[in-house]
Amino acid sequence: MTQMIGAAAVAEKPAAPSRPAGRRARARISAALIGLIFPAVLLVAWHISTETGYFSPAELQSPRAVATAAVELFNRGELLNHILISTQRVLIGFLAGAALGIVFGALLGLSRIADLLLTPTVGAIRAVPSLAWVPLLILWIGINEDSKVTLIMIGAFFPVFTTLYLGLRHVDRNLVEAARAFGLSGIRLLTTVQLPAVVPALFSGLRLALAQAWLFLVAAELIASSMGLGFLLIDSQNNGRVDRILLAIILLAVIGKTTDALLGLAERWAVRRWV
Amino acid sequence: MTVLASRTSTAPTRRKQALDVSFSQLGRSFGSAGNRQVVLRDITVDVRAGEILAILGTSGCGKSTLLRAAAGLDVPDTGTVLIDGIPVSGIDERCAVAFQEPRLLPWHTLQANVAIGLPKASSASAGKAKVLELLKLVGLDLFAKHRPREVSGGMAQRTSLARALARNPGVLLLDEPFGALDALTRIKMQDLLLEIHQSQPATVLLVTHDVDEALQLADRILVLGRNDDGPGSTIAELVPVPGQRPRDRNSAELGALRSSLLRMLGVTGH
Repeated sequence: MTQMIGAAAVAEKPAAPSRPAGRRARARISAALIGLIFPAVLLVAWHISTETGYFSPAELQSPRAVATAAVELFNRGELLNHILISTQRVLIGFLAGAALGIVFGALLGLSRIADLLLTPTVGAIRAVPSLAWVPLLILWIGINEDSKVTLIMIGAFFPVFTTLYLGLRHVDRNLVEAARAFGLSGIRLLTTVQLPAVVPALFSGLRLALAQAWLFLVAAELIASSMGLGFLLIDSQNNGRVDRILLAIILLAVIGKTTDALLGLAERWAVRRWV
Repeated sequence: MTVLASRTSTAPTRRKQALDVSFSQLGRSFGSAGNRQVVLRDITVDVRAGEILAILGTSGCGKSTLLRAAAGLDVPDTGTVLIDGIPVSGIDERCAVAFQEPRLLPWHTLQANVAIGLPKASSASAGKAKVLELLKLVGLDLFAKHRPREVSGGMAQRTSLARALARNPGVLLLDEPFGALDALTRIKMQDLLLEIHQSQPATVLLVTHDVDEALQLADRILVLGRNDDGPGSTIAELVPVPGQRPRDRNSAELGALRSSLLRMLGVTGH
């Protein structure tokens, strides 16, 4: 499943800028269609393998059973709640973590003193597997929204911080020197040279962070929650509802891919604007 | 001088005159305390306003370091650089630099790149007019909206030159600006530089490793090299180039000077 998502992401890399808009749009649509071939094949294989009885319903339920489970949960008003609360947690955690990552990445990437003073500490904190924070978060914050969002924030922070920090440290020195020679310094140097130069790195960091945010969402909801897609997973495991487990996984794939694609659109705009 | 005066009257507020540059007792070394490498020492030379001085030397002899000291991009350990009698401290508004590589911002158009060179005080409309005028001067007015990666190396280098000129510099510092160009483009750029120098007189410090380029462009040639008095490079020779530009590349006088310069740079038998 992850491989399939990866392949789709590769297929939607921005097309060459010189191509006319109409052809580019058509190329993008056909690229998206090509990306749908493999999921369709998977769906058919899944259907056949369950209909022929190769897998028992306790192991793998049919696509139709999953669809039925979705409709049933939706009619009871639970499905939308699970999706909305999970998406809300991811978005808040991602935005907060990315904002902090940008602030610290910019600070440590641009200031030599801050770099010397703080980078070893941040590196050590990064070395802690993020799930190790869970017991502390639960003790300090409790089992509530804040502890889940905080965990997601930690997960989203490091990809943004790391890519921005490294990006800023590797901005072409020659360009910076040339800009300084023409009197640019401080904020003007930052906005004219350094920030535009790291736009591609920043966006790959943001996309990694978003994926991390979904990862940590499921971790947080598996550990302690009463709502959300992670809760749906653990609840269905306890009740032996394979159809709902499959439903939750598919929803995570689809929503995760959709949010990533939206960020990809923003990236394409930014890259066209700045690079 | 009359040329200069008439230019001044057409653009009264914007035309700065070429400025004197003088290096006195300049020295610079690099490295940590235990492993200090002297690169330059005892550089004392006065460059006259409006003069083109070529700085020749083997690679790694400190040519660029000398230029960077004048630009305020580097701080010498000893000695000072005076421009128009005032010492250089920090990035200097009166200078403009063009580097060996164009060093253009890839996310800006050529026009926006040239605009980076404009002095801080210039107004938006005057600045825009100036940029377009300069792009025309370097033959790139039709490419104003192109990005650097969409034009050739020679065009990018001309943009870099236009960016330096946008500063209205009293001193134009050129660090091997044509070194990375093909032979044909280089000759065209050299002609362009002389043309520009005539229409916008500035003092030009031109770092080069190309003896013929120095002979074609310069009023005087400064050769950096080592001698037995101490470590690092210092002024090995300061020679005036005979004749008016454009000079005949095949004249016997230049030939003799070329041979002696090459000998100084360690190349014999030419």
